[in-house]
Amino acid sequence: MKFENFRFETDAEGIAVATWDMPGRSMNVITPQVMEELAAIVETVANDTAIKGCIITSGKETFSGGADLTMLQGLGAEYARLARTEGEEKAVAHFFAQSRKLSQLYRRLETCGKPFAAAIHGVCLGGAFELALACHFRVVSDADVTRVGLPEIKVGLFPGAGGTQRVARLMQTADALQMLFKGEQIRPLMARNMGLVHAVAPRDKIVETAKEWLRAGGSAVAPWDEKGFKNPSGRVYSPAGMQVWPAANAIYRRETHDNYPAAKAILQAVYEGLQLPMDLALEVESRYFAKILRSKEAAAMIRTLFVSMQELNKGARRPADVPPAKLRRVGVLGAGFMGAGIAYVTALAGMEVVLIDQSVEAAEKGKAHSHKLMSDQIMKGRARTADRDALLARITATDDYALLKDCDLVIEAVFEDPKVKAEVIARAEAAMRPRAIFASNTSTLPITGLAGHSQRPKQFIGIHFFSPVEKMMLVEVILGRKTGSRALAVALDYVRAIRKTPIVVNDARGFYANRCVMAYVREGHRMLLEGVPPAMIENVARMAGMPVGPLSLNDEVALDLALKILKATKAQVGPEAIDPEQEELLVELVEKRGRLGRKNGKGFYDYPEGGKKRLWPGLAELQKTKLDPDTIDIAELKQRFLVVQALEAARAVEEKVITDPREADVGSILGFGFAPFTGGTLSYIDGMGVAAFVDLAKALAKKHGERFKPCRLLMRMAREHTSFYASSADKPARRKAA
Amino acid sequence: MPDAYIYDHVRTPRGRGKPDGALHQVTTLQLATTALRALRERNDLDTRLVDDVVLGCVDPVGEAGGDIARAAALNADYGHHVPGVQINRFCASGLDAVNFAAAQVMSGQHDMVVGGGVESMSRVGIGASGGAWPVEPEIAVKSYFMPQGVSADLIATKYGFSRDDCDAYAVESQKRAARAWENGYFKKSVTPVTDVNGIVLLDRDEHMRPGTDMPALAQLKPSFAQMADMGGFSAVAIDAHPEIEALNHVHHAGNSSGIVDGAAAVLVGSRKAGRSAGLKPRARIRAFANIGSEPALMLTGPVDVTKKVLKRAGMTLADIDLFEINEAFAAVVLRYMQAFDLDPARVNVNGGAIAMGHPLGATGAMILGTVLDELERTGKETALVTLCIGAGMGTAAIIERV
Repeated sequence: MKFENFRFETDAEGIAVATWDMPGRSMNVITPQVMEELAAIVETVANDTAIKGCIITSGKETFSGGADLTMLQGLGAEYARLARTEGEEKAVAHFFAQSRKLSQLYRRLETCGKPFAAAIHGVCLGGAFELALACHFRVVSDADVTRVGLPEIKVGLFPGAGGTQRVARLMQTADALQMLFKGEQIRPLMARNMGLVHAVAPRDKIVETAKEWLRAGGSAVAPWDEKGFKNPSGRVYSPAGMQVWPAANAIYRRETHDNYPAAKAILQAVYEGLQLPMDLALEVESRYFAKILRSKEAAAMIRTLFVSMQELNKGARRPADVPPAKLRRVGVLGAGFMGAGIAYVTALAGMEVVLIDQSVEAAEKGKAHSHKLMSDQIMKGRARTADRDALLARITATDDYALLKDCDLVIEAVFEDPKVKAEVIARAEAAMRPRAIFASNTSTLPITGLAGHSQRPKQFIGIHFFSPVEKMMLVEVILGRKTGSRALAVALDYVRAIRKTPIVVNDARGFYANRCVMAYVREGHRMLLEGVPPAMIENVARMAGMPVGPLSLNDEVALDLALKILKATKAQVGPEAIDPEQEELLVELVEKRGRLGRKNGKGFYDYPEGGKKRLWPGLAELQKTKLDPDTIDIAELKQRFLVVQALEAARAVEEKVITDPREADVGSILGFGFAPFTGGTLSYIDGMGVAAFVDLAKALAKKHGERFKPCRLLMRMAREHTSFYASSADKPARRKAA
Repeated sequence: MPDAYIYDHVRTPRGRGKPDGALHQVTTLQLATTALRALRERNDLDTRLVDDVVLGCVDPVGEAGGDIARAAALNADYGHHVPGVQINRFCASGLDAVNFAAAQVMSGQHDMVVGGGVESMSRVGIGASGGAWPVEPEIAVKSYFMPQGVSADLIATKYGFSRDDCDAYAVESQKRAARAWENGYFKKSVTPVTDVNGIVLLDRDEHMRPGTDMPALAQLKPSFAQMADMGGFSAVAIDAHPEIEALNHVHHAGNSSGIVDGAAAVLVGSRKAGRSAGLKPRARIRAFANIGSEPALMLTGPVDVTKKVLKRAGMTLADIDLFEINEAFAAVVLRYMQAFDLDPARVNVNGGAIAMGHPLGATGAMILGTVLDELERTGKETALVTLCIGAGMGTAAIIERV
């Protein structure tokens, strides 16, 4: 048999091996053609009496990441087209039939009468792992890189090719739901312990292990197709079921605030499926899959968190004419919390780091942060002592600027004071090679202004990390007025090397992320002043999809810093640029009450030693009016939180701070956790329709003030019936923000 | 439209709903039979006049399943022509059974109907009948399902009832129940449960702890804190009422209704049917109502349904002499009194389920009888009976003596 994507060979024993190895790709992916060929392989194995059974393995360095999500996007587009031309009913029927093909193919494999085994090395995720789950035997390699899992939930989908049903029949219901909810990538031994795979073997023995299983008479009947099969947790309606389901439903709400239809569909599909025989269970799963696949949330999340993020990670904004930079050594100035974090992620990526502070002790203290982070990894079994030693050996803690001479890139993370910055810029540039790039991690000072202290502003750029550096996946790369394309290329190459996602923004106060965050925090302050109960402000913000309430967030950042920024803005831009009542609130808290935030144990919250933080009861005194909670429109509060940020994002586009909607969306989710189910700030607007958004913003402006007034760009877009993504698709890809 | 009258009421004593409870050895059928038989015998009832037996039962499975009302009617020798139907509206089932009986009479289709209820919580177990509401994700999420105790803590938190408020209420319930028993206020209605030899198994509510005081209750740990936090229900409560930062877990075994076994029966009929049976009516069922209420708070239905039933009856709170609201949890009663600014001296005057227990399907019929006895004893006229209900509902009835 000849296939394009598989090598198919049968040995003398009658054992067939289908080696998945797609031409011209580094990674196997499920495409319509792969599905066709796999179907043919299944039929061949089923019908050829000389074949005893079949092993599916990969010819690549890794198994497969699953289905081609753009194929699913294509299905959605076809549905939309059919709905227009043939009507909704036909379109849905067609969509259902198409979207369950993979599930049907796997079921056919599982019930074709011949045993199938999957021999897996490397990552095997999503639809690929669902293929493995449909096989009667699964062996994975013991390699460090091997991972199995069903991460669909992370892009607003769920495993719709039998994943929910097979996982729920392999383990206790509570464990199955947790696995499906989290979408984690699971290591080999854990996978075996969970019952997801049958065996773990060295990489060069996986196919042999599968063969041994076949030779020993491996069964062609899945456990759930055996007579008398019992679900591991027994019946849904049983005392055991009563322990699981009510809590699972509540935990779903706790984790999602009911914003993620895919997660609820997992619950419902497992609940219904466990009460049905396998074929019907799969049919029901397919019904939910078709529904979720057509959901606004899935479309938005696939676009932002998969397609756009991948494009940005691959350097969508990188100037193509600059050859790739191989960064060997990076200087980090300032060994405080940010600097120490930057040193860690840089060294973790294999680069040498020169970590400089005013004294060797201060620099060593920053280096100790890496020691701690690596030790935590070792404790969790994710790293070895040797990894820590090697990483620490890459970091030179010093007070000697002369050591910057071999650095390709120097990033400053010193105190946010223009004078201090100017001094380190001068000292660093004196030591740096002429072609090396200087980057500032400032979050408040305009890059163009700082570049004024530089002798080589073309090589000066902003690389803005988020805190904590080791956790936050976004980096804002900020272009000063004179920043050159090589500086941009080097910055993006660096961000890629540390495996974070870059967005490229133009220089402006607060850049992109922080201005949205400030609008969000301010909205929390406004609500407090209006008399909304403080807990409601915080809870409703999370219900709207934000990871942290605005008052909590403000406490983390520090209230005095918020006040400082406000005062600076007032001084530099004018009193009309700030909200006087907000200033009054912060002055009251910071200057009159000494409440600075988490750092001094009192802000909007009290932080008792060793106890849980609680909202400061004194907030009630600061509220001149208090609203009756039962009369407050909670849906409107939610809207205010999201709209105020989305408006700020739209203004950033209008002011050309942001030039690509993908960056606004990805940046908003990775940078400040903007309600991921919306797909990001601009997808939120597009998703509702610009005209509807403008109407909503106008209504909010009328009720709550000018800050909700839609900007001119939005008004124009509403008139022209366009959207951020539609208008961006018209333009050629931009190389440089401008 | 014929009026529906109450001719009589009986109930069993309530046995502790555990294997060491006095009624644990008594089957659900025997419990229901005891109440129906007593009703027949003490009224010398010509059961040929009975058109139906409606019994509430909240977990109608196993021995309580398959229409326990018909089995009990047959077993209590009502004759094969008396049918039976079992209904379920969770905790109000017993009152709803009486209301359904009244509705049959008022509609003119039936003349005499027995309403009542039965629950052997020690034998069948609470929650044994399952059901989609807490389990099937779509409705559990949509309705903010949480266990009743968590909802009760939510009510306490939202409306500001402290642990002390709830404990003080519980102490008072115990005191009132003890005094009522001491003075024989329940004597008229309680019929002992006996074994096959006629030996008395229980003739008194077994769950009561008359000596209970504040220090004793202070020893008890909150019952629903762990479940609320581990099971995710705190977050559900807060999503529904986001002005709350954290739940105040005030309820425990001592200020919540007791788990008990018991049965009750109420004889309802038209004036004409009573005359045929040679019986004198004790009260008229003036109005009844059902309502759905906010499902996360779940147990505030009595407030909503009271407004509704008063309006239907053309009455005001001032027209009601006594209020009987099921003591599912202390906060339920405290919220009810707060909402209507009621004098506690008019509410649950002889104690309630915190002291004596709450045999789910039977309670509604029991407390209706309790307050009827009290009206007669004190010469008062009108009473409003109401219960809170799972999934956010309320049932109420207004009775007046004739």
